[in-house]
Amino acid sequence: MSEPVLEIRKLCVDYGLGDEAVHAVRDVDLTLHRGEVLGLAGESGSGKSTLAYGLTRLLPPPGVISGGEVIYHPVDGPPVDVLSLSPARLRDFRWAETSIVFQGAMNSLNPVHKVSTQLLDVIRAHEPGTTRAARLARARDLLRLVGIAADRLDSYPHQLSGGMRQRVMIAMALALEPQVVIMDEPTTALDVVMQRQILGQLAELRERLGFAVLFITHDLSLLVEFSDRIAIMYGGRIVEEAPAGELYRRALHPYTDGLLHSFPALRGPRRELTGIPGSPPDLRAMPTGCAFHPRCPRAFTPCDAELPLLGPPGDDDPGRAVACWLHPAAAAVPR
Amino acid sequence: MSIPTSSIEQVIPKQGAMAQPSAAARRRRWRFVANGKAATGLALVAGYLLLAVIGPWIAPYEPDARSNELLQPPSAQHWFGTTHLGQDVFSQILVGARGVMLVGLTAGVVATVLSVLVGVTAGYLGGLSDDTLSALSNVFLVIPALPLIIIVTSTITDAGDLVVALVIGLTSWAWGARVLRAQTLSLRRRDYVEAARATGESTWRIIGFEILPNLTAVIASGFVGTVIFAVMSEITLAFIGISSVSSWNWGTILFWAQSQQALAQGAWWWFVPAGLAIALLGTALALINFGIDEFVSPRLRSAGRARVRTADGHVVRMRVGFTPVLARPATLPPPRPRPEVVTPQRKEADR
Amino acid sequence: MTYLLRRLAFYLFTAWAALTINFFIPRMIPGDPVKSLISRYQGQLSTDAIKSLYVLFGLDSHDSIWDQYVDYWKQLFHGDLGLSFTAFPAPVSDMIGDALPWTLALVGITTLVSFALGTGLGVLAGWRRGSWMDGLLPATTFLSSVPYFWLGLVAIAVLAGPGSFFPSSGGYEPGLVPALDTIFLGSAVQHSLLPAATILISSMSGWILSMRNMMVTVAAEDYITVAHAKGLPERRVALNYAARNALLPNVAGFALSLGFIVGGTLLVEIVFSYPGLGFLLFRAVGAKDYPLMQGIFLVITFSVLVANLLADVAYLLLDPRTRKEG
Repeated sequence: MSEPVLEIRKLCVDYGLGDEAVHAVRDVDLTLHRGEVLGLAGESGSGKSTLAYGLTRLLPPPGVISGGEVIYHPVDGPPVDVLSLSPARLRDFRWAETSIVFQGAMNSLNPVHKVSTQLLDVIRAHEPGTTRAARLARARDLLRLVGIAADRLDSYPHQLSGGMRQRVMIAMALALEPQVVIMDEPTTALDVVMQRQILGQLAELRERLGFAVLFITHDLSLLVEFSDRIAIMYGGRIVEEAPAGELYRRALHPYTDGLLHSFPALRGPRRELTGIPGSPPDLRAMPTGCAFHPRCPRAFTPCDAELPLLGPPGDDDPGRAVACWLHPAAAAVPR
Repeated sequence: MSIPTSSIEQVIPKQGAMAQPSAAARRRRWRFVANGKAATGLALVAGYLLLAVIGPWIAPYEPDARSNELLQPPSAQHWFGTTHLGQDVFSQILVGARGVMLVGLTAGVVATVLSVLVGVTAGYLGGLSDDTLSALSNVFLVIPALPLIIIVTSTITDAGDLVVALVIGLTSWAWGARVLRAQTLSLRRRDYVEAARATGESTWRIIGFEILPNLTAVIASGFVGTVIFAVMSEITLAFIGISSVSSWNWGTILFWAQSQQALAQGAWWWFVPAGLAIALLGTALALINFGIDEFVSPRLRSAGRARVRTADGHVVRMRVGFTPVLARPATLPPPRPRPEVVTPQRKEADR
Repeated sequence: MTYLLRRLAFYLFTAWAALTINFFIPRMIPGDPVKSLISRYQGQLSTDAIKSLYVLFGLDSHDSIWDQYVDYWKQLFHGDLGLSFTAFPAPVSDMIGDALPWTLALVGITTLVSFALGTGLGVLAGWRRGSWMDGLLPATTFLSSVPYFWLGLVAIAVLAGPGSFFPSSGGYEPGLVPALDTIFLGSAVQHSLLPAATILISSMSGWILSMRNMMVTVAAEDYITVAHAKGLPERRVALNYAARNALLPNVAGFALSLGFIVGGTLLVEIVFSYPGLGFLLFRAVGAKDYPLMQGIFLVITFSVLVANLLADVAYLLLDPRTRKEG
């Protein structure tokens, strides 16, 4: 496995302060390696988007980061502790090293400015030495990269279709050739044909440019196809992490298993569609022990009392990790 | 006397506080009172209403009664001093409250009923009736209301409180109608309204049971806004001497103060109390509307504590774009020396 | 362009409606208002004035109401607004012509300045939400609830008076002849300072509050988060992204509330005896000079319509979405 580019260690994100704080992300450890696609899946409210916004420090009030570390490894030079950057340094860091494609393709673009203005201002902010002509040339290249005619630079966002807007956002995300692109449900608002098209294009661009992707979605079927590794989140914690193929073939956590049985397989043997009974936990009143145990078909003695730690399930599964008492190597989270 | 643009218009079409009628939404409706601004405003308005009822009874003097104490500054006998005829200003204020509240509320009710009729009908029916009603309300919106009111009331000889209230109400419904039309338009496309229509419920039943309950906040805010406007207009009319000067309201007091050169004589007590009473009433009503605004649009609610102490010991204001970092766990290795950020220039050179 | 044409058509329609309302108001009065006016002026009215009054109230009832309406339009097209009977036989149009520049200068400039200043402060207050500026909001609410004319009274009591720099009434030093020279203009500016400040203080707070709320609402939009994520300088995010979008509803609100604002500011003229339309209206109302009142109402309405059209053009330039769809 290649070297890490983004390391998240024990990251905790809260909404609110003090006693009223809701713990939306708890003790998340996650490593993104150079050039890989890491999928992050879970139901809505599992904390996956909060994690993405938290590690980039873009969470609006009352969100706060209550602990942990986010380490970014540039291609050359010493590692960067993202959470301790001053606002000015954080501003320099953003987009140049990690860019984001947001959930709402419709609302990500400023409605009153032309596409060109919005592409150029980010280049100018980070590379003030460039000439306008050079920036404009770069903007044209970027649009061509995502398959949009360069004359669209003069369009306003409302003149573009949803798919085009999202492609403009992708072009913008690649403007400074970042090492990490975070994608938060980038295709959810699009129709299936457009989804395919954009994902295909994205895979191609990644081959060519070599950036790493943190791909967040509630649609596990998409990840199985598109990502190298998958992490599953539930109740603010990572419950399972594995290479995409292995996770699909043999899920270790009952929650992953439930997710996999929520969509039909495109290829291979037919599986029964069962889904997961119940609804995601209320973050203000989390169940004791493993957060999934009230919905878990296989819950047993320790599940409602002890919280299992994310760890390797056994010796025969390298590169996998799971937080479940069904797997003997699991250890309890120290209280 | 400007009307602050309500954020309601911009916010509702997208989001959820009023999207679906549910038990939770109904419960939230009561939480509105718990809003500090709204509660303060409601309490103040309740105080004014009480004054409107008991004012004439508790006034120490007849407001018209003359005495020999001409133009006296505030004293124990005359809390707010006296006029050029020796009338007690405090009594005039107390007695005047009734007229002010009566006209304000009556005009508010008239205008609100009209705006609901016009706005909801236009928004729900659409088509030609929408075009006609929208044009009508836009005309009334653009024509300067106050000069129109002044002209109409001065044409009517001896306009009493009720006439003034009606004229104000009939000329100031357009703003509410406009906002309500926009809201109705967006509500009409909601799923539960479509569903009600699909099951063949009658138009009036849908408007009465599916749409109107969800417009409560907008209607209330329109009502409060109209009351503010009506109170100001009424006082203005009295101040420039159009409505009959035989009944008392705060504008009448200011009218006499102005026409008797209270300023030149240094009789500040003659016009300061009336102005403060108006301003406080206006503030109270505006506070209620802020409460409604915040209730409808959660983004406007103040986010509790605005400042936090971060891990590096600074106190920062919570804001969009820079999530504060509160602490780092003790289990981690000690923080490394502050690393160098790769600057864009260096990166450019790599290319 | 279609957008502008449609607005233009609407304003023409509104103008027609205002003129028609103006025609009908005096005809709705029960009884014989002319008789009561004659007795009020006790023989001071000439026969000509009385005749014009009967025409105004539609009481020279030889013509049908339709013929009267046509005559009314004919007169308007000749710029004839009738004769004032307090200053008989001065034409109403002349009296308004004298007063209009004062109002345009005072109310026009202060309204624009108040909108610009208030919006600017609102941007600051909304962007720095939770800062000390939030503490000032109750004070601004209070100021916006104060009647304009009352604030004028207080300003006169506190600031003007014998020996003060601020004159308490009038539009220029008595004795000066209106002309475009420095002495006269200086005097006019000096006389307008206090009324202008009064209008500014009480009208600005409304814009501060609405712009602040718009900024807070817009700050939660996705494109603001994107702008932060892009690492743009704070100023650019605040101005080009947040304020630029928050401005749109505020400009629309500005256009819509012009009618309200102008009504309120006219009253300031009354308090300061400023020689504009508001003060003229005040005197007309006191004397029941109906032709003058109606003329003023028409001119105010038309000014507001023109201002509205200008605000529409501004909105058109600000919002690319209207440009396309029309």
